Amino acid sequence: MTRVALRGLAGRKFRASLTALAIVLGVAMISGSLVLTDTIDRAFDRIFVESYAGTDAVVSGASSDIKFEGETAESPPIPAALLDEVRAVSTVDVAAGSILEQTAVKILDRKGDPIVKNAPTFGFGIDASVSRFNPLELKDGRWPTGPAEVVIDSGTAEDERYGVGDRVQVATVRPVREFEVVGIAQYGGVESLGGATFAVFDVRTAQQLLDQEGTFDAIQVAAKAGTSPEELVADLESALGKRVTVRSGVEQANEDSEEVAGFVTFIRYFLLTFGFIALFVGAFVIFNTLSITVAQRTRELATLRTLGASRRQVLTSVLVEAFVIGALASVIGLFLGFGLAKLLNWLFKLLELELPTTGLVFATRTVVVALLVGILVTVVAGLAPALRATRVPPISAVREGATLPTGRLSRYTPYIAGVLVALAVALLGYSLFADELEIAQRLLSIAGGVLALFIGVALLSPKLVRPLARALAPVSRWVLVGLTGVYLPVLYGAWLVSEAVTGWTLGAARRAVYLLGGLLLPTAYGALVALVLRVVAGPVPSWLLVVPWLVAVTSILAAALLLLSTPVLLVLRARGAREVFARPAFERDPATEQLARENSRRNPGRTAATAAALMIGIALVTFVSVLAQGMRESNRDAITGQIKSDFVITSEDGYSEFVAGVTDAAATAPNAELVTDVRQEIGQVAGAGQNVTGVDPQQITAAYSFEWKEGSDAVLAELGRSGAIVAETFADDKDLAVGDAFTLRTPGGRHFTLTVKGIYEPPPFYPLLGAVTISRDTWDSLFENARNRFTFVNVPGEPTKEAKRAIDAAVKKYPDARVQTRQEWIDKEDSEFQQFLSMLYILLALSVIVSVFGIVNTLVLSVFERTRELGMLRAVGMTRSQTRRLIRHESVITALLGAALGLPLGIFLAALVTEALGQWDVQFRIPATPLEIFVVAAIFVGIVAALLPARRAARLDVLQALQYE
Amino acid sequence: MQTHKATAAQPARLNGSVVTATDVTRRYGHGDTAVDALRGVSLEVARGKLTAVMGPSGSGKSTLMHILAALDRPTSGWVEIDGTRLGGLSDNAITKIRRTHIGFVFQFFNLLPMLTAEENVLLPLSIAGEKPEKSFFEDLLRRIGLHDRRSHRPSELSGGQQQRVAIARALVSRPTVVFADEPTGNLDSKTGGEILELLQQSVADYQQTLVMVTHEARAAAIADRVLFLADGRIVRELECAGERDVLAAMEELTAL
Ligand SMILES: Nc1ncnc2c1ncn2[C@@H]1O[C@H](COP(=O)(O)OP(=O)(O)O)[C@@H](O)[C@H]1O
Ligand SMILES: [Mg+2]
Repeated sequence: MTRVALRGLAGRKFRASLTALAIVLGVAMISGSLVLTDTIDRAFDRIFVESYAGTDAVVSGASSDIKFEGETAESPPIPAALLDEVRAVSTVDVAAGSILEQTAVKILDRKGDPIVKNAPTFGFGIDASVSRFNPLELKDGRWPTGPAEVVIDSGTAEDERYGVGDRVQVATVRPVREFEVVGIAQYGGVESLGGATFAVFDVRTAQQLLDQEGTFDAIQVAAKAGTSPEELVADLESALGKRVTVRSGVEQANEDSEEVAGFVTFIRYFLLTFGFIALFVGAFVIFNTLSITVAQRTRELATLRTLGASRRQVLTSVLVEAFVIGALASVIGLFLGFGLAKLLNWLFKLLELELPTTGLVFATRTVVVALLVGILVTVVAGLAPALRATRVPPISAVREGATLPTGRLSRYTPYIAGVLVALAVALLGYSLFADELEIAQRLLSIAGGVLALFIGVALLSPKLVRPLARALAPVSRWVLVGLTGVYLPVLYGAWLVSEAVTGWTLGAARRAVYLLGGLLLPTAYGALVALVLRVVAGPVPSWLLVVPWLVAVTSILAAALLLLSTPVLLVLRARGAREVFARPAFERDPATEQLARENSRRNPGRTAATAAALMIGIALVTFVSVLAQGMRESNRDAITGQIKSDFVITSEDGYSEFVAGVTDAAATAPNAELVTDVRQEIGQVAGAGQNVTGVDPQQITAAYSFEWKEGSDAVLAELGRSGAIVAETFADDKDLAVGDAFTLRTPGGRHFTLTVKGIYEPPPFYPLLGAVTISRDTWDSLFENARNRFTFVNVPGEPTKEAKRAIDAAVKKYPDARVQTRQEWIDKEDSEFQQFLSMLYILLALSVIVSVFGIVNTLVLSVFERTRELGMLRAVGMTRSQTRRLIRHESVITALLGAALGLPLGIFLAALVTEALGQWDVQFRIPATPLEIFVVAAIFVGIVAALLPARRAARLDVLQALQYE
Repeated sequence: MQTHKATAAQPARLNGSVVTATDVTRRYGHGDTAVDALRGVSLEVARGKLTAVMGPSGSGKSTLMHILAALDRPTSGWVEIDGTRLGGLSDNAITKIRRTHIGFVFQFFNLLPMLTAEENVLLPLSIAGEKPEKSFFEDLLRRIGLHDRRSHRPSELSGGQQQRVAIARALVSRPTVVFADEPTGNLDSKTGGEILELLQQSVADYQQTLVMVTHEARAAAIADRVLFLADGRIVRELECAGERDVLAAMEELTAL
């Protein structure tokens, strides 16, 4: 029996591999995600292990243990004098102080812009004389000595082509300065630091550059022979007391890696999600394909039953088939994952989100997970068709045209589907609105709800196929006729070229003319369209022009492709092919159209399942784009609602703190009317980590507008030394009213009592100030490092380009400061958000591609099943191009069905989530353009999916087709 | 799983009946459109004999055959095969009966296209998890005339050859009874003759009980016994009739 299944599979290699493709991509994504994140994990491990390889103990500032939004406040520096105390401990062999800064040090590229890629920019002060503490290895040159020398990381050196002996500009807390590159270094075994950079100075230079004279960030200690790290730690603790934290090298490495481990895990699950989505779509395709093949094999299965096969054997044979397809696909997917990991890393790099990597890590776990998941999904998807196969009665072996009996439950399917949808919505509502849920529970129940929703709608969709197909058929018709019209010159060109190459009856001169004409026609057409566009481009909104531009570009590209394809055509000619491209016919063809419409309606279950696969992808991209539009809107409103100033200065990345000196620099601009800034750091307030901001009470209202709940702008004048303004959510949370006192603890360990003077309500989506705002003088007296979140600048009159240029010039010595008008800042945030969106779209495209395979699959199987019918149609006069058109129509109708189901579903999900995010004031906006693009994409999917099946249908030999049993 | 059943039929029951049908009726559909394909058929099939069922088109031959072969269930009445009553058996029990007691030869051969001739023949055994008895199997292939075509696929065989494979497949598990529904219906007259000869030979060589539906007098003439079916009832019976007698009987029937 198993052999029958396997032989059958071998006999349908082409169809089987099409089926397998549905799973390959999902598995590849899973294996790729695992490979990439494992690689990142290992790179981080290497970094941390290297960092403390020769270190027995690390002495650092007493940890404040203040956490806010997943970030821990940095420990305060320790006095340099402590080094002597450490050295005085009897079990200490060697000790050295070092400086480690994560954000302030930025290397400038050759154009003078800081190199910032959403990753730390390290600045090290390392005592190179004690090499055992040095985490880095030199690739070239030597370690820095003296105030004018620097060693930079090999990645930056390669990207910017900096070599030993070159001058390089480095921005620090001090104004930017030029250094000589005396060496290039890297972490041992780490191929790429991703977006991160480092600059190494000698310790004294680092202290000066970072305003840390007389302090270290850490002291590395090595024990005398015979003393274990644990003993050393104990000795140091008893000698130094509570002023510091002492950890063994291993502990410190673990501590450091724990922070990034969480981040890498997040990325792993983020990427895996897309793998699972693709697999879910793949499951639909598998389910559908196996259902069709089982239906087509009804007679064969019945024959097996008459020969004594039990139901269980029939079940097993179908499951074995699924298993083999799944196993094959998983193995291929597993290895494709390797390539995909590289592709993903490249994508991250493109988006400046790259993380450190080593050689690709191929863990056993990756193999096990990828194979297991791939096979499991396939077999589970095959379960329903397999069960249906067992219901084939033996008598079907002798009945003409026997069909698969419907399942016992099929009568109840609409009810089951309805219940499922209701349950899904309930589950989604619960997971989105219930308060007491853990994040993990919430995410899991959301995933479960969405899954159930998709399955429920898919089960309901057969009922929708008939009316929808009727409604969508004209759309498909006009689209196809329209496209044929628009691309008529291209199609003619293709036909001419194919005639020129493969035509048998033409003379040489004729063929040359045909070839030339065929190539020139699309080129000239594309050029003409482009020319017309240039002329009329002015008055029309630009997005309307996307389509004609595409036509122009694709026409010219098509000409190039035609030229490139002539060798292929020559080969085809040698093999006896004729008329590779048919002569285009620009005509209405009602008969074909009607046949196509009826075809897509005659097996609603099949069409629905095919469309459902595409529906998932479309629903998800729609969901993302609607939600994103709302967020973008909220972001814009939040910024415009809060900022009044003409210019906003932020750090280059837009969110890190930057050197406070920027404010004074900006004030030197001749046109600066008002310059005020916002200090920011994490502090422990009323028992919770929060951003604490410091503002100039006199000037802030000229730049920032407070939405007062209690108090008014006048409150600012009364802030005094211990007054504070708090955000309403924070006040509610901590039950604070005006006049109440609460404590602030800084990372440096200072305690201070503050009194609430006013309560305001910043836009919840993007509050620009911290939960607690105090006067800048108080802030400066409490926190170690003066760092700004913003510097605001007002100029007389409009914020013109010239005005901006003047401010730019004034802050030039702090290259990390980015000067923008309010609108520019919003645009910049928008475009960064858009980049993230693009990544989501690309990752979701994977599942759309899977659904394309689904459509191809169904069409190929239908063509196969209808061989006789198609032969009959051909025999009564249907042309090849009509046959192709028939299949193409059917495909486009199916794709449009997917869009018609997916768009509303995506919008519904987005509305639900928007509602759930109500407390952050996310708005609900339906963006027209992206949704239009998705519909166009769906049509494109339909056309592409039909290419191969249409060819196969058109190539059927009429005589054979009629004899086909 | 399945014990190999005794090869030689027990002499004591050699002439006993292996298949009996009692008052079998079969109604297709219901209400106004209901068709009574069988209206009370009782019969016995003798062991080791070739029984032919004849009758005009639509007389219920196929329906009867399907019910006897446990492919379909009667609306009323019952069927016994080798002493076991089929009604009320579970699907698994019927599957077991198919494996041990029933072979089937189809009008359209129903070979599996991806298997070779030899594999097709062996299929019933491999489904039942059994191994063929080497000498018997080789002998069977030789008699059937397939020993030099055993590795061909069905698509590489002529219709006659395909039906030979199908006959070998029905015989290979030495079932209690083989049913054949118009085995020559899809073949030209010469090939059909050869197939009939083969069937007759098999009955003789292996004492194989065979029930064959046909509407060809020539086919019925090779039978030990011919049952005539008309309008869902057995209307006549002939023992060892010649082709001429059968034709005469048929004419009588159609004249009715
Ligand atoms: N599956 C079926 N559904 C309805 N009627 C059927 C079915 N099979 C056979 N019949 C009817 O039962 C009668 C007997 O058919 P059948 O047994 O095939 O006759 P025969 O094989 O003698 O030609 C015919 O009238 C036929 O139309
Ligand atoms: Mg019949």
